[in-house]
Amino acid sequence: MAKQLIKGNDAVVKGAILAGCRFFFGYPITPASEIAEDAAYYLPLVGGVFLQAESEIASINMVYGAAGCGVRTMTASSSPGISLKMEGISYCAGAELPLVLVDVSRGGPGLGNIGPEQGDYNQIVKGGGHGNYKLIVLAPNSSQEMCDLTMLCFELADRYRTPVVLMADGFIGQMMEPVEFPPPVEHLPEKPWAIQGDALDENRIITSIQLEPELLEKHNQKLQEKYALIAEHEVRYEDYQVEDADFVIIGYGVVSRILQTVVDDLRSQGRRVGMVRPITLWPFPSVHLAEVAAKVKGFLVVELSNGQMVDDVRLAVECRIPVHFYNRMGGMVPSTEEIAEKVLTLLEGR
Amino acid sequence: MVDKVLAKSDSFYKIYERNTGANKESTHYCPGCGHGVLHKLIAEALDDFQLRERTVLASPVGCSVFAYYYFRTGNVQCAHGRAPAVATGIKRSLPHSIVISYQGDGDLAAIGGNEILQAANRGENITVFFVNNAIYGMTGGQMAPTTLVGQRTTTSPYGRNPGNEGFPIRMSELISQLEAPVYVERVALTDAKNTSKARRAVRKALQLQMENKGFSLVEVLSACPSGWKMTPVQAKEWINDYLIKQFPLGVYRDRSESVPAVESKRFVFQSADLWTKLDIPTQEPFASGGQPCAGPQDNPRIKLAGFGGQGVLVLGLMLAQAGMQSGLHVSWIPSYGPEMRGGTANCHVNLSHRRIGSPVVSRPTVLVAMNLPSLEKFETEVAAGGLIIYDSSLIDRPPQRKDVQVLAIPATEMADQLGNTRIANMVILGAYIALTGCLSKESITAALPEVVKRKNLVPLNQQALEKGMEFVVSSKH
Repeated sequence: MAKQLIKGNDAVVKGAILAGCRFFFGYPITPASEIAEDAAYYLPLVGGVFLQAESEIASINMVYGAAGCGVRTMTASSSPGISLKMEGISYCAGAELPLVLVDVSRGGPGLGNIGPEQGDYNQIVKGGGHGNYKLIVLAPNSSQEMCDLTMLCFELADRYRTPVVLMADGFIGQMMEPVEFPPPVEHLPEKPWAIQGDALDENRIITSIQLEPELLEKHNQKLQEKYALIAEHEVRYEDYQVEDADFVIIGYGVVSRILQTVVDDLRSQGRRVGMVRPITLWPFPSVHLAEVAAKVKGFLVVELSNGQMVDDVRLAVECRIPVHFYNRMGGMVPSTEEIAEKVLTLLEGR
Repeated sequence: MVDKVLAKSDSFYKIYERNTGANKESTHYCPGCGHGVLHKLIAEALDDFQLRERTVLASPVGCSVFAYYYFRTGNVQCAHGRAPAVATGIKRSLPHSIVISYQGDGDLAAIGGNEILQAANRGENITVFFVNNAIYGMTGGQMAPTTLVGQRTTTSPYGRNPGNEGFPIRMSELISQLEAPVYVERVALTDAKNTSKARRAVRKALQLQMENKGFSLVEVLSACPSGWKMTPVQAKEWINDYLIKQFPLGVYRDRSESVPAVESKRFVFQSADLWTKLDIPTQEPFASGGQPCAGPQDNPRIKLAGFGGQGVLVLGLMLAQAGMQSGLHVSWIPSYGPEMRGGTANCHVNLSHRRIGSPVVSRPTVLVAMNLPSLEKFETEVAAGGLIIYDSSLIDRPPQRKDVQVLAIPATEMADQLGNTRIANMVILGAYIALTGCLSKESITAALPEVVKRKNLVPLNQQALEKGMEFVVSSKH
């Protein structure tokens, strides 16, 4: 299979089109703009539609409309733009619409900067919009995964009729690596519930309103049952040198790539260190982390944010072992050396 | 003789099952409210044009939020103000359908002001019915963007004061200033004559969408007796006496005659030839096979830095592309964003026989510095035993490090001699591969056309590469 040296953002678009996405509605923002630019270039060539919306708010609502008609559709943005989309995301979750949202996150709060940051964890994983909803969140750490996980996003969105987020950071979006593209998806799932512009539409409705408390509670319970099913079946993570480790470091996105090198460096010094990388930020690999926690002396969580994922790790291990934390923010990325130093300090109880 | 049986339109559900209340026979609208009349006009037009089966109604937040109780069509309920955006998504994915955006004044003229303007400006092939009753009816009679000056509402208890909240917005006039809309008319549901005009406008707007002629909007001045605290009769009089004065009736834009009718096409999903269309290679390019280099230069971690425009990012890309084609694992990260424009540029490249962990090069084994600030900034980062290559035509002092290998090369001068300053990067690339043996000349040659998009520049880049190689070879002697 031929490889192509390609930016993560570019791989997202190719992956999306291979997955059957033909409708993109978006608004440009650094460091996610290549996604809109590529979608604008390629979608007309494959019989699809690219539309640059007037705002992030409009774009997520266009996606809402298209997803309600059963086509594979997506939008992409970066942190401040994602904040604007939150209203629409809540409606999409409430109306159970399958769609894909890409967040190539950047530095915040506010306008922040365009550097790689992971300060969107809480707004994406815990839900920045209103109401009792969850989003499936996948966190790629390579150009290959920008393609593969985008394709998986579409599959999961349709399987569970729910919005799915690909959450990358500025580095994963801007980085170029070789990608092997899989063959295209040729047959899309039937969606009998979706509006099709035909005579059966009189029995179909896309909505999130339910005035009767009893019925809205029922709808919420149905959503929670779906989320429980997702939590049961869709947890994904990667272990690296965890088998014989007595200390484990945890990170996602570009951080996990740095941690991999840290593990290699510390192993070469005879330290039995491993790494766990959550691939699904929701559902979170809590059970797995609890199992790993039973075998090691401690965890170190590394983030490009102010301690957001570390909360989930602490909940997972229920105080059985110490969960330490190291972070950089504002677009700063830790070096392998500074993380290794932190781990050594912890191991030696300095 | 009665020649027409008066019955409920076929475009309404026979029984309003979606209404969770007890009454499933009549609407939830108050007596005298205009929504019921407008619903009827729309439904009858759908019947007459036989559009019901392919109609999709985008309903708003406001009293007509429950339009989906009644219209026996596809129904999509929208967030406040977003119906034109949602309708856009529907129409783009179901071009054969008839899409109606049904909106109130708060929805269309306040919170959704941008969505309606932009949908109109794009000329979306949708029909918008805009119910203007100068008040927020559903939430209990608060001020709308169309509330009249002096009009008392629960949020303008002393009367609308233009000094505080501005003037009532005339949306039909505003939208008719745009180029794309095909048809914009304001009508009123008051007496039989006006209602008849409204009926014609509704039909025309839908017919234009059938013919794919573009965006149309019908603004409907409509009574809200409950919100206005009037009887239905008083309310209609108030429309005639006050509302119409602020919002004059009439056709504001009609270029339907000059726009040709076109057939609508269904969206058809196709996946043929996707790889070709997506520029995905189906064959491995020439590969020379990556040879491990000796000593510290194996699996290099490379940082390249210089001014924007010196080709630092392209140099990094060349390394990554040639590395990939040689069967190595590679990664490339640029400095990105506005700093690329004018300022300094740098990138990080890894070439490795193993899976690459950190793509971020914090302790480079190779530093390429194409200007002095880059050398000053990154010199200290270089790993002991590493390599610094710098452009000695632009940097007038050698590196201070004594524990690294240093190559000074007048790359810019050499590039100038070849006739193009911008190929100094390739001179450096040639020097790098000749010095380290990390990549073969063949692999670079094979990668060149993949990276240098202007094909006529490939031979010149090749020349520069060879100059760089010769420089190292001749320095060794």
